[in-house]
Amino acid sequence: MTLVKAINNALDIKLNDNKDVVLYGEDVGYEGGVFRVTQGLQQKYGVERVFDSPLAESGIVGTAVGMAVAGMKPVVEMQFSGFAYPAFNQMISHVARMRNRSRGRYTSSMVIRMPYGGGIKALEHHSESMEAIYAHIPGLKVVIPSTPHDAKGLLISAIESEDPVIYMEPKRIYRAVKQEVSEDKFNVEIGKANVVQQGKDVTVVSYGAMMRDTQKALAMAKKAGISVELIDLRTIYPLDVETIAQSIKKTGRIVTVAEAPTSFGIGSEITAIANDEAFLHLEAPPKRVTGFDTIVPLPQGEHHYMPSPEKIYHEIEKTAKF
Amino acid sequence: MFKEYDPLKNKLFNVMDKDGHIVNDKWMPQISDDQTLKAYQQMMFARKADLMTVSYQRQGRIYTYPPNYGQEAIAGGLAQELRENDWVVPAYRELGLWLAKGATLKEVFLYFMGYEDGSRFENATHLLPVSVPIASQLLHATGIGYEVKYHKKDEVVYTFVGDGGTSEGDFHEALNYAAVWKVPVVFVIQNNQYAISFNVKNQTSSQNLAVKSVAYGLKSIQVDGNDFFAMTRVAQEAAKTARENQEPVLIEALTYRKGAHTTSDDPSKYRSKEEEQEWEEKDPMKRLKGYLTGKQLWNDQQEEELDQQYKKEVERQFEEAENYGDYPLEDVFKYQYSEMPDILKKQMYAHQKFLKWKEGQ
Repeated sequence: MTLVKAINNALDIKLNDNKDVVLYGEDVGYEGGVFRVTQGLQQKYGVERVFDSPLAESGIVGTAVGMAVAGMKPVVEMQFSGFAYPAFNQMISHVARMRNRSRGRYTSSMVIRMPYGGGIKALEHHSESMEAIYAHIPGLKVVIPSTPHDAKGLLISAIESEDPVIYMEPKRIYRAVKQEVSEDKFNVEIGKANVVQQGKDVTVVSYGAMMRDTQKALAMAKKAGISVELIDLRTIYPLDVETIAQSIKKTGRIVTVAEAPTSFGIGSEITAIANDEAFLHLEAPPKRVTGFDTIVPLPQGEHHYMPSPEKIYHEIEKTAKF
Repeated sequence: MFKEYDPLKNKLFNVMDKDGHIVNDKWMPQISDDQTLKAYQQMMFARKADLMTVSYQRQGRIYTYPPNYGQEAIAGGLAQELRENDWVVPAYRELGLWLAKGATLKEVFLYFMGYEDGSRFENATHLLPVSVPIASQLLHATGIGYEVKYHKKDEVVYTFVGDGGTSEGDFHEALNYAAVWKVPVVFVIQNNQYAISFNVKNQTSSQNLAVKSVAYGLKSIQVDGNDFFAMTRVAQEAAKTARENQEPVLIEALTYRKGAHTTSDDPSKYRSKEEEQEWEEKDPMKRLKGYLTGKQLWNDQQEEELDQQYKKEVERQFEEAENYGDYPLEDVFKYQYSEMPDILKKQMYAHQKFLKWKEGQ
């Protein structure tokens, strides 16, 4: 099953499970989304439950707030994460706040799906990785899967969650990764990172599409005799501090890999965790391998920006030998 | 009615003149004398509470508050049509509607004293808390309208925005979505002439605000919002259209904010005494009182007695709110998520530890 198929399968299961689940956004209905993530669902569940919305992102998220307040479970799509900004006011001012504002009387329990990330040779606004912005908003949860299995389990958990969840889809690996995934319903818990590989020399933390490049770097590290413990975050907020801290305590070294800008990013947060939770165990300065604090270049310049497996390996090696 | 008062004709709908005489018999709503009197008394209560809240603010006993003074007939008329399961999705200047929905004055006070607890609305159904970001709440109403239609419920969603809010993108998105989805939402513009200091004449080049609905395909009307009977009739027609035809409606209610934008604002800086006087003559309470006294349903002595009674009631609820007690630290954290994540627990415990240390100093 590809990641696209896994997401489609999760949506199918929840639409079938719960009549209050509705799915909408730009082109998600008849066409099944520009990436075909929602393909076939309108035909199966009808136009009242899976539909195309007028082209207005604030409208999509704002109406979802109303539906959620009235007890429905909207799962909405931002066609690209770079187009989500008109909906920021709704996300920050209402989606994230309705529960607190009404002291639990109403919630904005919904899932906002959006493909994110670069490396697909796209036009401007189609390549950024802005998870840190969402992670900084109190009241939201943010998840990013890196495998079809996790994509399905996390999305099912997101739809079942009573909290609003920003579900970011690594579009670069929509079809690049295939995995055996059960057709049955299962959950991957929000808030729990996955220790993908045990190791003793360096902890490497990554998530989303960068997991693939990171694993290529790990193959190089293995050849060089460096034992890496690899953690896939899966949930950006709330971060699984315990799993990360335990691993740093064990290895004494930490490298974070992300395609987002460096400053104020997820890697910065993990560096703070290393300081707060494992300071006396550190054998080397915590490192971040990321994009730059720049706009993602158009396709001809994108290779400069995206962290390559070689660059990731280089940082792992330096950290291991520090 | 929506044809006769098509907003493209730029014709204001009213029923009663400034002295309380009925000038438009054709559209006088079906309403008993008892009900009219009751409505007047509810509007009196809202005005009393509003004026007293402003003075509590001046005494430093409550924080910033947006007065409703002068706009009472909008809520007064709509309340005649409002049913228990109908939704009210307010902005922040809808005191009459909150009370009509069953929110208590004590809750309103709590909110403006700085307790989120005031937005729980223990005795009210389908009432949303204050929404501060301008026009953003209109989309919520449209979304609720989708739910009402989806579950085939017999409910109408009422939502509110000021004249300034009609310039916001969310206003236009909400009208468009509501018209495309054909949902039972009544959008009410409280056109009180000012967005803080900015006059509505400079807010738009449209001939009126109701006309903005035309492009989106909604029925709409511009109504004298200081005319209780006109508001009541429009509420009846709008609710019928929403309920029976599953159609959204836009109402532009023309009124005047006699008070300040909020207690932090001073309107004398941007508007003239002449203008205030002109609107004083169209005051909604004065007009409805004119009608009631003309029919000998009400007199000054009764008004004075009720005013005293309301004063005591407002004082009682204000005192209850004032004695509400401390805001526990845990309340900062516990409503962020359905379950408190470890990260938040950690931050809370760390702060508690600090407080303990401070106590020991």
